[in-house]
Amino acid sequence: MSQGKFALTINRKPVSVTTDADKPLLWVLREELKMPGTKFGCGQGLCGACTVLLDGQAVRSCQTPVSAAAGHKITTIEGATALPQGAKLVDMWREIDVPQCGYCQAGQILSATALLLANPKPSDEEIDAGMNGNLCRCATYLRIRRAIRKAAELADVTGDAA
Amino acid sequence: MSAVIDRRGFMAASLVGAGALAFEARIALAETPGAVPLNAFIRIGADNKVIIGSKNPEIGQGIRTMLPMLIAEELDLSWDQVVIEPTLANDKIYGVQSAGGSNSTPNNWLPMRQVGAAARAMILSAAAKEWGVGAASLTTAAGKVSHAASGRTAPYAAFARGAAGETAPDLAKVALKDPSRFSIIGQSKIGVDTVAITQGKPLFGIDVDMPGLIHGAIIKAPAHGATIASHDAGTALKRKGVIAVVPVNSNSVAPGKFDTLVVVADSWWTAKNAREAVKVTWDDAAQQGFSTEAYDKGAAAAFAAGPQIAHAKNGDVAKALAGAAKTITADYSYPFLAHGTLEPQNCTGRWADGKLEIWAPSQAPNNGRNDTAAMLGIKGEDITIHQTRIGGGFGRRLINDYMVMVAQVAKALPGKPVKILFDRTDDLRHDYYRPAGWHRFTAGLDAKGDLVAFRDHFVSFGKDGKPIRAAEMSPFEFPVNVLADSEIGITYLPTNLATGWLRAPTSNAVSFVYQSFMDEIAQAAGIDLPELMRRTLGAPRDLAVVPGRPVLHSGRARAVIEGVCKMANWQGGKLTPGPKGEKRGRGFGFYFSHRGYFAEVVDITITEGNNVRVDKVWACGDIGSQIINPINARHQVQGAVNEGLGQGMVEQKIEQVKGVVQAESFGDFPLIRIEQVPREIAVQFLKTDYPPTGLGEPSLPPVIPALANAIFAATGQRLRQLPLKLA
Ligand code: FES
Ligand code: FES
Repeated sequence: MSQGKFALTINRKPVSVTTDADKPLLWVLREELKMPGTKFGCGQGLCGACTVLLDGQAVRSCQTPVSAAAGHKITTIEGATALPQGAKLVDMWREIDVPQCGYCQAGQILSATALLLANPKPSDEEIDAGMNGNLCRCATYLRIRRAIRKAAELADVTGDAA
Repeated sequence: MSAVIDRRGFMAASLVGAGALAFEARIALAETPGAVPLNAFIRIGADNKVIIGSKNPEIGQGIRTMLPMLIAEELDLSWDQVVIEPTLANDKIYGVQSAGGSNSTPNNWLPMRQVGAAARAMILSAAAKEWGVGAASLTTAAGKVSHAASGRTAPYAAFARGAAGETAPDLAKVALKDPSRFSIIGQSKIGVDTVAITQGKPLFGIDVDMPGLIHGAIIKAPAHGATIASHDAGTALKRKGVIAVVPVNSNSVAPGKFDTLVVVADSWWTAKNAREAVKVTWDDAAQQGFSTEAYDKGAAAAFAAGPQIAHAKNGDVAKALAGAAKTITADYSYPFLAHGTLEPQNCTGRWADGKLEIWAPSQAPNNGRNDTAAMLGIKGEDITIHQTRIGGGFGRRLINDYMVMVAQVAKALPGKPVKILFDRTDDLRHDYYRPAGWHRFTAGLDAKGDLVAFRDHFVSFGKDGKPIRAAEMSPFEFPVNVLADSEIGITYLPTNLATGWLRAPTSNAVSFVYQSFMDEIAQAAGIDLPELMRRTLGAPRDLAVVPGRPVLHSGRARAVIEGVCKMANWQGGKLTPGPKGEKRGRGFGFYFSHRGYFAEVVDITITEGNNVRVDKVWACGDIGSQIINPINARHQVQGAVNEGLGQGMVEQKIEQVKGVVQAESFGDFPLIRIEQVPREIAVQFLKTDYPPTGLGEPSLPPVIPALANAIFAATGQRLRQLPLKLA
C-alpha cells in the first residue's frame, strides 16, 4: 500500500498524517488522530454513523480515503458547534434529549448540519429525505425530526410530546 | 446473587472508581479532588458535589441516569450537585448488574433508595455529633443539613469525614420517603451522557484507548459450531503491523477446540485487511445440512405429523372443537433475527501478572467474568471489569463471546492491552439470533361467538426435547390459560445456529402470532379485537401463576385496553380512505410481558406501489405506581414501537445456506429508517397501585400484531408471516 503524507484541515486546525493513501478517513480520525467521536457502524456506507462534513457536505468517512479528504475542510462531531447550524442542533439535541444509546448521534448531528446548511427551512419530507441515510438502531427518529425543526426555528411538532 | 445490596457491599467504599481509566473518570475525578467515600456508591466532594456510582450497564435504556435518581432522592440532593459515574462490574459488591428482562427497575427500586437513605442517616448522625444536637432535630434538603432551632445550615461536605466513620444502618430497616415528597423521582432528567455524546467524547467500548493498545479483527467459522481444522498465518504475519494470529474459542465449541482466529495488528484497519492473507480450513461437515429451506420443510413435516410434546393440556380440545359452531385454522411464522446493534461487538483486555483487566460493553458483565474465568482457568476475582457505555444492546450483549475471546488473546500476548472489534458482517453472521418459529392454530367458537376451544402447535428449535436458548414459550400463554379446553403442543427442530434473547424475547414473536390470530377470531365472531379481549380476559383477577414468573392481572390488562381505545377514539379498524382514495386501516394489539401491560393502536395508509405507511401509533401502558424518569420513559416506548414496526415492515430476516448465515450488512439486513417511522407516537401511562416495573421491553410486542391487524383492516389481506409483505 502506498504511504503518503496528507495535510488535513480538521475543525479548522491543520494536521498532517503519514499513512496509507487508501486508509479511510474514519480510521485515520479514530486510530491516528485519536478523535473517536466519529463512529464505525458498517464500514460500507450503509449506516451513516461515520458521517463527517467535507466542505459542508455530509460524507461517509468510512468510504472516503484519507487521500481524498486532503485539501478539504473537514468537520467532525468534536468541532460541530463551530458552525452556527451545528451549535443550534447540538443545543436542541441536549434540550430534548435525543440520544438513547447515543452511538449514531454524531453522524445524525453532522447529517442534520449539512441539511440545514443546504436548506435552512426544510419541510418534513426534506428532513426525512436528508436524514434517511443515517440509521438509528434505537429509533430515536421522532426526536431527530423534532430537534431539527426546533433548530431551524420551525413550529414544534407534537409527535414526541407526552 | 440477590438483588439486595448487603452491608459489605455498601461499605466497600474504595471500589467506586478504583483503577478507573481517564476515559471513565472524565467527569468525576478531575472535578472533585479529595472526595470522601461514604460507601460503595457515594462520594462527597469538598465542593459538595456528590459522586454517585451507577452500577448497571447502560445500553440506551437510561439506567445510568435512573439508578442515581433513586439514590439522590433519598439522600436529599439537588440534581445539579450530582455527578454520575459507572461502577466496576462486581456482583459481590453491587448485586445483580445486568441489563436484561426489564428487571433493573423492579430489582433496584427499593435497594437504591435504601442506599441513599442510609447515607443520609450517616450524614445526619455525623452532623448531630458535630453540632451537639439530636439527629432528630436536623433536616436535610438540597445537599445541606439544617438545624432550625439554632438557624445553622451546612453542606453535606462539612460532615463527609464524620459520616464515613459512622456505622451504616441496616438497609432493610432504614426509613424511606413517602412518594408525595419526591422531588427527583418523577421529574424528567436528561441522560447523564447526553452532553458528552453530542461532543463526541469517548464513552463506548469501541472508544477505549490506552498507551500501547493493539487491535484484533476476527475470522470466525462461517458455519456456527464449526471449528478450525488447520490454518496458516505465515503470509499475514509478514505484513507490516501484524503482530500475531491467535486461535480462540468463542465459548460456543467444545473445550480445547477453536472456532475463531484473531488477527492482531497495530491498527484495526491493518488487522482487518490482513485477514485475507490467513488460510484456514474448517471442520464443518456437521453443519452443512442446516438451512432456512430445511427448517421450512421441517416445520411443514412437523405440522403434518403433529406435536412431539404436549406442552399445555387443559380439558378436551378435540371434543370442544367437534362441538364448536365455527372453527378457524391458520399457520403463522417468523424468521430468525439478528440484533444489529449499531456499535459492533468489541471488548478490550489486558493480561499482566496472572490477572486480567477488561473494558467491556456487556449487558451481563459478571456472567462474562464467570465465562472468562472458566475459559482461562483462573479465578473470577482475578478479573477486573470496567463498564463502558454500550452502543445498543437489545439482548445481544447478554452473551459475552467478545470478552471470552479477548481474554484469550490478552493472555497469549501478556502485558499488551488488546481490543477486538467485529466488522459489520462478523456482527450479523455471528450473532445469537432470535429463533424462528411456526404456529399452527385451531380455534372454536360457540353459537354465541364466544371462544371455547384453542390449539397451538408450535414448531421451534431444541435438542433432546428441550428448547434451546430463547426458543421456549409459556404453557400459560393467553388465552390458553383462561380456556377450559385448550392446548399447546411443540415440535423442536435441530439447528446449528446460536440463539439468544432479542428485546422482549419470545414475546416479540408470540405477541405477533397470538394477537393476529385473536384478531382473526374476533372477525369470525363479528366483533373487534378489544371486545374479544375484554370478553376473554373476563373479570379482574390474577391469571396464570407460572412458577417464578410474573402474574397477568386481567383487570390491569383491561384498563390499558380501555385506555388506548379512549386515546385513539377506537371505533373498529375501518378508516375513511385518504385524500387520493388510498386505503387506510387501524389495528389493535395488547401484550403483557416483563411485568408490563401495553395496548397499542396503529393507523396506516397503503401508499403507491402497495407500500404501508404508518401514520400514527398510540400506546397505553401500566408499569406500576411511579414513572421514575418521564422523558426517558416516553422515549423508551417510542423506540420500542419503532423497533417493532421495523420487525414488521422492513425486510428483516436472517437466512441460512449450508449452515452459514447469509446477511452481510444493512443492505440485506435492513433496519427501520426515518422515512418509515410514524409522525406521531402518543404515549400514556396508567398509574396503578403496584411497585414500579421495567420499560425496556414490554411496549414492543403489541405493536407488531397491531400493524398486521391494521393491514388486514385496510386491505383484507391477513399477513401471517414476518416480515409482513402485501401481495
Ligand atoms: S460506518 Fe460508514 S456508513 Fe456505516
Ligand atoms: S441512539 Fe442508539 S443507535 Fe441511535
